[in-house]
Amino acid sequence: MNIDWDIIAKAMPLLAEGAIVTVQVSFLSAILGLVLGIAMGLAALSETRLLRWIVAAYVDFIRGTPLLIQIFLVFFALPVIGIRLDEFWAGVLALSINAAAFVAEVVRGGVGAIEKGQTEAARSIGMRNRQILVWILLPQAYRQMVPPLTNELISLVKNSSLLSVISVYELTRAGQAIISIHFVPFEIYTLLALYYYLLLKALSILSKKLEERLPQW
Amino acid sequence: MVSSFPRLRAEDVTKSFGETVVLKGVDMDVSAGETVVVIGASGSGKTTFLRCLNRLETPTGGTIWLDGETIGGAFDGPSGAWRSASEARMAEQRRQFGFVFQRFNLFPHLTARQNTAIGPEKVRGLKRADAEALAERELARVQLADHVDKRPSELSGGQQQRVAIARALAMEPRIMLFDEPTSALDPELVQEVLDVMKALAEAGMTMIVVTHEMAFARDVADRVVFMADGVIAEEGPPEAIFGSPQKAATQKFLRHIARH
Ligand SMILES: Nc1ncnc2c1ncn2[C@@H]1O[C@H](COP(=O)(O)OP(=O)(O)OP(=O)(O)O)[C@@H](O)[C@H]1O
Ligand SMILES: [Mg+2]
Repeated sequence: MNIDWDIIAKAMPLLAEGAIVTVQVSFLSAILGLVLGIAMGLAALSETRLLRWIVAAYVDFIRGTPLLIQIFLVFFALPVIGIRLDEFWAGVLALSINAAAFVAEVVRGGVGAIEKGQTEAARSIGMRNRQILVWILLPQAYRQMVPPLTNELISLVKNSSLLSVISVYELTRAGQAIISIHFVPFEIYTLLALYYYLLLKALSILSKKLEERLPQW
Repeated sequence: MVSSFPRLRAEDVTKSFGETVVLKGVDMDVSAGETVVVIGASGSGKTTFLRCLNRLETPTGGTIWLDGETIGGAFDGPSGAWRSASEARMAEQRRQFGFVFQRFNLFPHLTARQNTAIGPEKVRGLKRADAEALAERELARVQLADHVDKRPSELSGGQQQRVAIARALAMEPRIMLFDEPTSALDPELVQEVLDVMKALAEAGMTMIVVTHEMAFARDVADRVVFMADGVIAEEGPPEAIFGSPQKAATQKFLRHIARH
């Protein structure tokens, strides 16, 4: 088998540019998804039945449909209702609303897993529901929430490769562009795998470090 | 009128969980400064009764007064219809009851000082420094002055239960409710908790104590209440209940306890 080393040397910096976009998209989506997801997770824990129902329906919809379809929906359907985003921001939005559903579930589940006695003890000293959430439940829950959230971040980076379908010039798209010109799928897909692997490895090392620093009690 | 009310009055309190009727109509008056010990077989409804008092459970029926004020709502307007209290009002009323749980239920992420200070700070609105100073005083009162910076996981069961007592006291409750406070403890740790409770009773705190510690009941109780099957079957001064119980059920229960 012949490996085209020339192409590899040329492709590496181009792919690095794509990798930067992958990191940018993932980072922005993670932040936005976290903010949206935490807000929805808290809404899911609220006293208001309507809010709980809305979040449940949202989570159900996101989990029940393929991410690829959600990406197309954001990219092609939003302009129909007058919201025009470029590929990059449409991509960020699509990944965010997808991640938010998972984050909401993690927040709701994490708080729900705290022993009932904690809420009762807080009630017994006269705390209001909101105070119980803020001072008693969330500070205990976030420790359990971090591992599933870092997992979600890792899937988010993997999922970002799907944004190639709406021409976001991220890592996968950058690779496909090189392949379409030079037709060297073996070299490029191998390189792509390697780039993703390194990115995800770095992330998982970081999240291990973070998990180690979580408070113990 | 109000001044003739006892500290606590429970009138015909009933509680059902679905089809299961747990409390069948419990009446109890507790005067200020009085210590009432509640005994009774497992499943007789002791815990449920305490939890109905501070509304960790909503009673199915009956009324509870604290110093003449109805708990959990009010008989409103000329029709006298019952109106449930708002969440804010309920929280405000609940803190008048100190509650000590069988399993302590301390906040594991907070130190003993923070466990005790969080109520005064967040609920009573004290400044943090004042709340922490108060917490230290309450912890000293339960003999834990040297352990204020420890988390619950660093404390023995007996120490944890005393933190839980300090946490309740820091809210300056009008009555303390204890639900088998020593039954989750190793035998050698029981006495230190009972000593704290005895000191509290002697200092004039109004208390209802559910316990199987009969020596404590004899020694500290002003009145012993025997519950069976969701009702108060017999009550009286400890000498009478332990010395000459009138009901067969009481006699049977006390014989059963004595064997263990
Ligand atoms: N949340 C609940 N749902 C359904 N049944 C309950 C609930 N809480 C208590 N019960 C039932 O009510 C009955 C009385 O329970 P309770 O805990 O009040 O008894 P107890 O006198 O405190 O007993 P123990 O000495 O074992 O603590 C039991 O049969 C119990 O199964
Ligand atoms: Mg009980």
